[in-house]
This record gives sequence, structure tokens and C-alpha cells, in this order.
Amino acid sequence: MPPLASFFVKRLLGAIPVLGVVLVGSFLLLEAASGDAVDSYVARTGGMDADQLAQLRQAWGLDQGPLQRFVAYISALAHGDFGWSTAFQRPVLSVIWERLPVTLLLMGIATALAFFLGSLLGVIAGARPGSLRDRFLSIGSLALYAVPGFWLGLVLIVVFAVNLRWLPVGGIETIASGKTGLARLGDIATHLVLPVASLAVVYLALYLRLMRDRMSEIWRDPFVLGLKARGLSHGRIVWRHVARNAVLPVVTMLGLQAAVMLGGSVVVESVFAIPGFGRLAAEAVSRRDTPLLLGVILCSAITVIIANLLVDLAYGKLDPRVRTIR
Amino acid sequence: MTAWRQLGWEGRIGLVLLAVLILMALLAPWIVPGDPLAIVGEPLTPPFTTELHILGTDRLGRDVLSELLYGTRITLLVAFFSAAAALVVGSIVGTLAGFLGGFADAVLMRITEAFQTVPGFLLALAAISVTGPSVPTLIFAISLGNWTQAARVTRAEVLSLRERDFVAAARTLGMRPLEIAFREILPNAFGPAASLAAISVAAAILIEAALSFLGFGDPNRVTWGSMIAEGRTVLRAAPYLSIVPGLALVITVLSVHLVGRGLSRNGRLRP
Repeated sequence: MPPLASFFVKRLLGAIPVLGVVLVGSFLLLEAASGDAVDSYVARTGGMDADQLAQLRQAWGLDQGPLQRFVAYISALAHGDFGWSTAFQRPVLSVIWERLPVTLLLMGIATALAFFLGSLLGVIAGARPGSLRDRFLSIGSLALYAVPGFWLGLVLIVVFAVNLRWLPVGGIETIASGKTGLARLGDIATHLVLPVASLAVVYLALYLRLMRDRMSEIWRDPFVLGLKARGLSHGRIVWRHVARNAVLPVVTMLGLQAAVMLGGSVVVESVFAIPGFGRLAAEAVSRRDTPLLLGVILCSAITVIIANLLVDLAYGKLDPRVRTIR
Repeated sequence: MTAWRQLGWEGRIGLVLLAVLILMALLAPWIVPGDPLAIVGEPLTPPFTTELHILGTDRLGRDVLSELLYGTRITLLVAFFSAAAALVVGSIVGTLAGFLGGFADAVLMRITEAFQTVPGFLLALAAISVTGPSVPTLIFAISLGNWTQAARVTRAEVLSLRERDFVAAARTLGMRPLEIAFREILPNAFGPAASLAAISVAAAILIEAALSFLGFGDPNRVTWGSMIAEGRTVLRAAPYLSIVPGLALVITVLSVHLVGRGLSRNGRLRP
């Protein structure tokens, strides 16, 4: 097998036990919640007589012991059946499928922005540790790191949407605007500016700090002294050697933060009334829709696993040492 | 006094801020007597306009300052206890995984990974949806997603301590394995996990705020998150109602981060 493919397969196999634990956990949660799948299904019709309920339970395998119920749950999942959403009265998977793209777009843009801007500012700060620029950026990033994303969202709404009227208050696009093509794209983009900003700022601060701290450590490495002795210019040492080594932990953090950011999008989407995957989680809890909540949890676990896989691939590209070990 | 000097200016500022916040929380009934949820004045009085209500009143005419001070209590209480619970659970799991090794290690680390894979905020939401919101369940729900890093760090430390001479000595003394793990190894491996304390307190504060902002907090108590959510309904008319508790959040999280930086700077917590 080519090395890339074998790496891929190895990582996917490694994810199976983790996903298994998540499945067991979500099954236990489902058991702990009041009511079962039949209850949620008949919630719409307003009820059935007891015989029919018992029949339905038997047909869905819910009248058996916990182990059999778990097997039934897993086999349904394997068939792509994530259960029935009581709140939406539709299959869970179709609800999630509808909401996921918006959130992935939001998270993707926020991650890219936080990574590039954060590591760029980190390089600027870390180019001369202890300088005025460094101190300014370090304190700034510490302050930004303490800002809750949802509150920043509200502040941005007050400033840019209510007072200045530059940007829309919420939503993902103007409702019934009839826009198509590029005009619609532009409309969505203006709607995304504030949510992306409120989601990205915290991570920007994190990546800035990480990059800056790692760079200030690398400056003390003997190889930097060697580069200086060879007469390399400051700029070349900063960009080609110090920054390049310091970016690796930032990339690792990118994968670790995928889960955190997904959690953050729950609140940010609620603030901006974006019909996304994150808000779905909040809706599932407030409308007592356990099957939907479990679907959201499973899908977010899968999303995080995929994100980490991508990060590992990028890592292999960036760090030649990883390739030779493999 | 040496500890104070070692903190550096960042740690000192953080510690002072945190001490002020703790005092505010403890002295709330004396600074602002009466029920913080009682209606005491005209609704939507802007801040700094009357002596009676320095920070103004909210939509229902409740005093913002007393809500803010009582909110400090919940914020600090939930954050400290859930961070402590997360550290304790994490270090126990990490010690067991690192000390037992083999199959137990593999199982415990897969569980840890699974908890890291699901967003901590979603875990907290899920836990709240089962248990219902109250202060103890909030503490439990928040620590659920917060213990994994402590477990990983402790495990790494235990792995490096496991083969040391003092462990061999304990073994020849006839101590039982679990006794060795928790009485000899864990206290020595706790340092790195403890240095995560600041990060986990800060994370807990932010998760608690987000949960109560979404309306999943304890409905009978004032929290900063619920204040922001309340203010949001009148965001255009009275933005200060959301901005003031948010600033309190920023200051609190910042002071925790500053203390954490001060502590890690002198490396006192690193053995």
C-alpha cells in the first residue's frame, strides 16, 4: 500500500474504538432520558392504544433487554437510521444533513482566519521576544482570549448592526430576497462577517500566543546561533527557520480545537439566529428531543475525527520527520 | 512574601483582581442588601444616572449591581468546583492508566479520547438535558468535558515516575499496588495537572456563562450568562444590560489567566 493510504487506513482503524465509546455513552444517555423511540414517534399522533404501542416496541426491538436494545440501536445506526426527531417530526439524519453545511462553512472560515491571522501576528510578536510590539500583542491576545464568543457577538451586533447599520443583525441570508448566483453569495458573506468574527477572535488569540511562545523558545536553540553565525539575515531566520518550526504545535492545536469550536458554534449560532448544526443542539435540549441530541453528538464526534485526520495529513506535509518515522 | 515576588506583575494583578471578585461574592448580601431578583425601581434606568442604582436597572426594574454581585457567587462557585472535580477525576484516571498499563491503559485512554472527541459544551448540554439544571448538576455537567487534559498530563507524568526507585522501594515495603499508585505516585504526578487548573477554571467559567446564556442554567439564581440573555431582549434600547455582565466575565476570566501565567512563570507548580 502507498504510505498515504496506509496512514489513512491506520488512522481510521484507530478511530473505531473511540467511536465505539461515544456510541456506548450516547446509548446510556438515551436510556437515562425519559421515554423511548416509540414514545417520540407517537408524540405527533397524540397517542395509540396500548396494543399497538406494544406491537411497535416489539417491531423495533425495544421490548428486550438492554443488550439487545443496544444491538438494535447500533444496527439501526449502521443502516443510516439515526432515529426520529420529536421536535421536527422527521428523521434525525435529514434534519442534521440540512443544518451541517452552514456550520461547516462558518467553522471553516473562522478556523482559516484565526489560523492565518493568529500565526501571522504570532510571528510578528515572536520575531523579537520582549520587544514593545511583542508585549503589546501578548497583552492584547491575553485579553482577547478571555472574551466569551457569544458576548462578543452581541457587542458586534450593537456596534455594527444596530448603531452603524453596516451589517445584518442575524440569519444566514436575507429571507425571500430572490437573489441568485453571485448576489446571493455576497448576501451570505455579509451575513457571515459578524458570526465568523465572534467565533474566530478567541482562537486567533490562542494561536497568536502559541506561536509567539514557541518562537521565543526556539530562539534559544543552538541552531539559531548557527544560522546567525552563517550570516543569515534576521528576516530569513524568522520566517524560514524559527516560524517554520513554531507552526507545528499550532497545527496540532488546530485539530484539538475543532471540538471546542464546534461547541462554541452552538452559542454563536444562537446569537446570530443562524439555522446551523450548533443551534440544533440547543434546540434539541430545549425541546426535549433526545434522539436529535444524540444524532448531533455522534455527528460532531465524526466531524472532529475527520478534522483531526486532515490535521494529521497536513502535519505530515509540514514536518518531514513524521514521514520518515511512518 | 517570596511567593508574591515570584508571581511577576501579571500574576500579582490577577491575584488582586481575583481576591476582589471573591470578596464581592462573599460580601454581596452586605454591599447590596435584599433579594437580587426583587423589583426595586423604574425599569431600564441607565447606569450612573441615580445614586440608588449605580449600574441602572434591568427590563423588570431589578438592580443591575446586586444581580452582578450575586452572579459572581454562582460563577466562582461553579467554576472552582467543576475545575476541581475535573482535576481530581482526570488525575485519578491518568494515574490508573499510567500505573496499570496494558489493557486497562488502552481502555481508559480510548474513553479519554472519546470524551475529547465530543465537544465539551455538547456533553454539558446533554448532561443537563438528563439531570435538569441546578448548581450541582451544572458542576457535574461542566466537569464532564473538562477532565481529559488532566488525565493525559497525569498519565504522561506517571509513566515517567513508575520506574523510579521510590516506587521500587514502596513495592519492597509490601505496599499494595493501588496504595502505591495513589499514595506514592499520584502526589508526585499532580504538579503538571495542577498547572492546568487556571485553564480549566477559565474554561468552566465560559461554559457556565454560555449554558446560562442559552437558558440552561439554574432558573432560580442570577448568573452573568442569564443577565446577558435578559439584556439581549432589549439590546437596542439598553445595550448596557448585556455589556456590563459580559465585562465582568472578561475581567474574571482574564484574572484567572493572569494568575495561571504568574504561577507557571516561576515554575513553582512544576516539580
